[in-house]
Amino acid sequence: MRKVISRIYLWAVFAFLYIPIIVLIVNSFNASKSRSVWTGFTFDWYKRLFSNQAIINSLGNTLIVAAVASVLSTLLGTLAAIGIYSMKKVPRSVLINITYLPIMNPEIVTGVSLMLLFVSCKINLGYLTLILAHMSFCLSYVILNVLPKLRQMDRHLYEAALDLGCSPRQAFMRVVIPEIMPGIISGFLMSFTYSIDDFVISYFTYGPTSQTLSITIFSMTRRKVSPEVNALSAIIFVVVLVVLLIVNFAGSRDERREKQLERRAIRGIRITRQLTAASPAVTAEKNIGDSITRGRENKNGGE
Amino acid sequence: MIFKASKLTAAPYILWVMIFIIVPMALIAVFAFTTTVKVDGEGNILSAEEISVMEEELAVYNEENGTEEELELDERTIFTLDNIIKVNDYLPVLFKSLWLAAIATVICLVIAYPMSFAISRVNANRQKVMIMLVMLPMWMNFLLRTYAWMTLLEKNGWINKLLSFFNIGPFQMINTQGAVVLGMVYNYLPFMILPLYSIMVKIHDTTLEASSDLGANVFQTFSRVILPLSMPGIASGITMVFVPAISTFIISRMLGGGTNLLIGDLIDLQFLGNAYNPNLGAAISLVLMAFILLCMSITNQLDNEDNIEGVLL
Repeated sequence: MRKVISRIYLWAVFAFLYIPIIVLIVNSFNASKSRSVWTGFTFDWYKRLFSNQAIINSLGNTLIVAAVASVLSTLLGTLAAIGIYSMKKVPRSVLINITYLPIMNPEIVTGVSLMLLFVSCKINLGYLTLILAHMSFCLSYVILNVLPKLRQMDRHLYEAALDLGCSPRQAFMRVVIPEIMPGIISGFLMSFTYSIDDFVISYFTYGPTSQTLSITIFSMTRRKVSPEVNALSAIIFVVVLVVLLIVNFAGSRDERREKQLERRAIRGIRITRQLTAASPAVTAEKNIGDSITRGRENKNGGE
Repeated sequence: MIFKASKLTAAPYILWVMIFIIVPMALIAVFAFTTTVKVDGEGNILSAEEISVMEEELAVYNEENGTEEELELDERTIFTLDNIIKVNDYLPVLFKSLWLAAIATVICLVIAYPMSFAISRVNANRQKVMIMLVMLPMWMNFLLRTYAWMTLLEKNGWINKLLSFFNIGPFQMINTQGAVVLGMVYNYLPFMILPLYSIMVKIHDTTLEASSDLGANVFQTFSRVILPLSMPGIASGITMVFVPAISTFIISRMLGGGTNLLIGDLIDLQFLGNAYNPNLGAAISLVLMAFILLCMSITNQLDNEDNIEGVLL
């Protein structure tokens, strides 16, 4: 009985979340231009979408800005995270708190403050300002995703690599970077999607030639949204759904593999030390290092 | 620390922080406490009446001589508290934003709490699918989703049409405060579900069993086990819903019509709208920020352990 109620409740909330999206998709097949009258089924809006220059251009702009901003933020942010990680406690916590600002501040305040900056410096609003503005929040997402991975990383791994003859650079590229890669990737993905989805900050920093999709849609909602946009949103929905499904399945496969490895590792350590042949020295070092850090953490009561 | 040279790698970011975070925030403060005034040749500040007198004189002069000269006066930025004082006039709007955002936050919490708990109790694979389903709408453009609500709520929109089958209505739903709250709840509900879920998934079934084994009934288990354990999730969920809700300006404009302006709309109007006055806009932004800071410090009392970071990520 309890199960049935919770099932019904779940689906009711999901219905609430999806009804507007269904409305959009249904309307993308509606022959009538009016959004509340159904006159027949059509694919016209999909055909017209690809000849609507304003929408296609702004879609291009959105993708360019998101790609440039998130790639630059990922590079700069990863370096920054490593730098922050090796700082002393006080400067580190100050910098981390400042890094939270662009995320925790209301978007409108961030947007307005950046606009004031650009206008005061007499920088023309355009691609440059849009990319800089997007980077201002993307960087925070990258740093806040990479930092926990650095913290989780075993500090002795890097030293072990040096002991085993790596140059600092090699040790960094071949030991540290692979260890924090999941954080870098999720930071990049978050930046990219937030950048694509952003409206408020773009609204205050875009120029007449660099309209993003959100801006175009916004200027349409003030007059009349052309149904081509419905078609576009239906396409975006399907693409996102497919991507998420792929990521989900790939993720669960990875997880299964990881679990398998873990199980194998435990068995291996327990029975013999032969498993170290699979990844020599490092695995052993890691296990020793792990137990040392664990011991230290217990003593300090965690960080 | 381990990487000796790596302190330098944060240097570009520190420069970035200075230019793109600290300076813009400082600019808001500067704009909020200054105003631009016109001065005459000797540097005396001119009042609006004096300027209009000068303009009239110039118009007369232009007419007599057939010239088209324009009044050219030097401008100067001076310190003032006028902007901050003027924010007083907009306090009702600020309180209205606060009120609507608070209602939306509470509704989100009420909807999301059982939802997150229910999700966290199904098996792991289904959890993944459901969390994906929660996140999926966030990837759609939020303007379009809000626009879809306009289609639903309109006078001859889908809901009223559906109701008319049962001979009910039509109701005035769009351009009301209720519609604005609905828009907020709809747009920010995932921000409440996700942090709550990530906390609740850590509450083990065995913990709940232990509680009931020790004689707690369902309500006691809830109030003395689940609720305290999920406090950090509640705190960060509230912040993540409340901050965007109180500062929104699109939802109120699209679903509230012209009559339900919120504080975000006011800021927008001062910067990009008809009431161009960046100084006042900056002052309102500053007050809004102070307000949010205040509200957040209250919320953070809910969450004694500093867990927000963990929940956010």
